[in-house]
Formats: sequence, structure tokens, C-alpha cells
Amino acid sequence: MSRSDVLVGADWVAAHIGAPGTVIVEVDEDTSAYDKGHIPSAIKIDWKKDLQDPVRRDFVDKIGFETLLSDRGISNDDTVVLYGGNNNWFAAYAYWYFKLYGHRSVLLLDGGRKKWELDSRELTTDVPAREKTNYTASEQDAALRAKRDEVVDAIGKQNLVDVRSPDEFTGRLIAPAHLPQEQAQRGGHIPTAKNVPWSKAANEDGTFKSDSDLTSLYKEQAGVDFGKDTIAYCRIGERSAHTWFVLHEILGLSNVKNYDGSWTEYGSLVGVPIELGEGK
Amino acid sequence: MSIDSCGAPAGGVTITKDKAGKEAIIEGQVLRGDGPLSRGYARLLGSDNEFVAEVPLGEDGGFRFFAAPGEWVLRVLAPGDLRLEQEVTADIGQVTKVEFLV
Repeated sequence: MSRSDVLVGADWVAAHIGAPGTVIVEVDEDTSAYDKGHIPSAIKIDWKKDLQDPVRRDFVDKIGFETLLSDRGISNDDTVVLYGGNNNWFAAYAYWYFKLYGHRSVLLLDGGRKKWELDSRELTTDVPAREKTNYTASEQDAALRAKRDEVVDAIGKQNLVDVRSPDEFTGRLIAPAHLPQEQAQRGGHIPTAKNVPWSKAANEDGTFKSDSDLTSLYKEQAGVDFGKDTIAYCRIGERSAHTWFVLHEILGLSNVKNYDGSWTEYGSLVGVPIELGEGK
Repeated sequence: MSIDSCGAPAGGVTITKDKAGKEAIIEGQVLRGDGPLSRGYARLLGSDNEFVAEVPLGEDGGFRFFAAPGEWVLRVLAPGDLRLEQEVTADIGQVTKVEFLV
């Protein structure tokens, strides 16, 4: 896996608008962004309503994913091109999701919605009609997803990469700075975790930095051991999906998992170790 | 506004007269000659221009951050290579208002 296998630029997407076998999908938490204007021919997926179980804290299951993609007119042979707001956080999260359920051809638009907007490219409010399909998903690929017991066991053994902001990492804040801070869980980070904020992997326009810059960021500057297994986490697992995408898909590291339970789960667990302040 | 995700609040942020309570709030609006600038992004930067957070501008050109107290830089990005910056100070219990004029 390398950058050219997983990332496409805006020119490529513009040339594939409406192309048979290609489905452009906008994934946002804020679905009003899609409604106000989206890339022509793009459909939308709501990361929460469509991708989360409505009752339990978990993904939609395999049948739910199959139903979703069938209803949206996505077939197993389609190339899915994902993009979204927040520097592609939720698009990267959806990408990880598509990979978990075994979709063969998935791409991410480099820079996402922001780059497309900042370049003043065309947006439309027309919603495309797509015929239903009969999508078949694979069982979840456990090699891509870390759960809490594995995370606790990884302390001091594997790379733990905390991709939240330094203020969240040290415990000064427990949510990103554009969200209220009233959550009840403890602040801090998982002991031995390296703090590499997701934003360091992105340019200001939302595109990913070069391979050499990314390698330098994680390996040389942060001390992530590329020879070890790695678990990335943030607060709910979408910023860490962005980092999972960088490490696993762009840089091609083999054993990288996303811990989607992330800090909202870990910081509420009873009895697990928490470290405050700067990383050690 | 969703509080259980890391994403942007729906449609950006509409400026209100919320009490800050225990929060250190920075909020503002981006205006151009004929009204609000609604297509663009506000970024909150910390020391050494380190990225902290980003939100899309609301329909009214508004944005809001729940920051830690301290010194911050606000940067606005918009189509046409528009790039504006202001330094702000946030304090607990206060709503720091910022206005950008294009």
C-alpha cells in the first residue's frame, strides 16, 4: 500500500464525476454541509446516524453495513471515493470502516472538502439518484481495530500514538477546543503513549504531508518504533482513523490498529493507569 | 452542537449570548462588505502557531472555540487565498469576541 494506491487529488475526482463504477461519498458529522453544497454526483453518509449502532456504543453490524451500502447504491465492485470536512477526519474514519468490512477499492480525496472549497471548485445541491444494489460485506477485519483490553495490555509494549491536541494529552482539556468541555471522564493519556497530534500530518489546506515528512514526524521526531505494532487513539476514534490512514495506508506499516473506543472509553475505565502532563 | 464527537458543530456556529460559565470561549464573526463570509474556515492556533482546532464558518460567518485560558492566534482561511489573523486572549468565565473584516 502506498500513497498513490489510496489518495487521489481534486483533478482526478473532477475527471470522474458521474463515471460508471465510481461513487463519490461525502462523510460528515455535519450533514448540513452536504445539503448546502457538495461535489457533483456525490452521495452522503452521516458518520453517526449511518455508521453507528443506534443503541449500543458500537458500529453498525455487518448486516447494517450491507443495508446501508445497498440503499445508497454502492456495489462491491465500485470504487468509492471518500471526502469530508474537518480535514477528512470522518472520511478517514469511513475509509477505515470500509476496509474493516472488506471493500476492495476505496480512495480518499486528498484535502477533502476544505481543499475543494478553498480551490473554489464546483459544488452543487443536486442529489443524485442511485439504484439500490445488493451489497455483501465481509466479517470485520480484527487486524485493524483495537479494543480496550488489548490497549491496556499494549502499555509499554507497543507504540501507543495519542493523536489529540497537546492540551488534551496533558489533561488540560478533555475535548477539542471547538467543543464544550463538560464531559465527565478523567483527563490525561495512556501511559507510554506518544503525543503526535493528527494535525501535524496535514498541511493547512487539509492535504497530507509528504511521505518523507510523515516518516520524520513519527519515527524521528516522536520516536515511534516502526518495527513494533502500533495502536492509534484520540477521543472517539475518528482523528485516530486519520492517523491510522497515514501509518497504515500511506506509509504502509503493517500492524497498525485504530482504537475507536479511544479516550471517551479509556478515560472512564475503572482502575486503569492514567498519566498526566507531558509524555515520559 | 454535538458534544460526543470531535466534529464541527452543524452549520458552523451561530453567535449567541451564552454565559461562559467555567469555559474560556473565543467566538466571532467574519464579515465582508456585503455581509457575512460563510464559506471559509477559522483555525485556533497555540504557541508557535501550533494547530489546535478548526471549524467551518457558519451561515452568519460565525465561529466559536472552547479554549484553555491563555494567548491564542485565530486564522481565517477562505477561497481566493484569503488568510487573516488576529491574536486573542481567552479567560475562564469569559466570552472573548473577535471580528474579522475582509
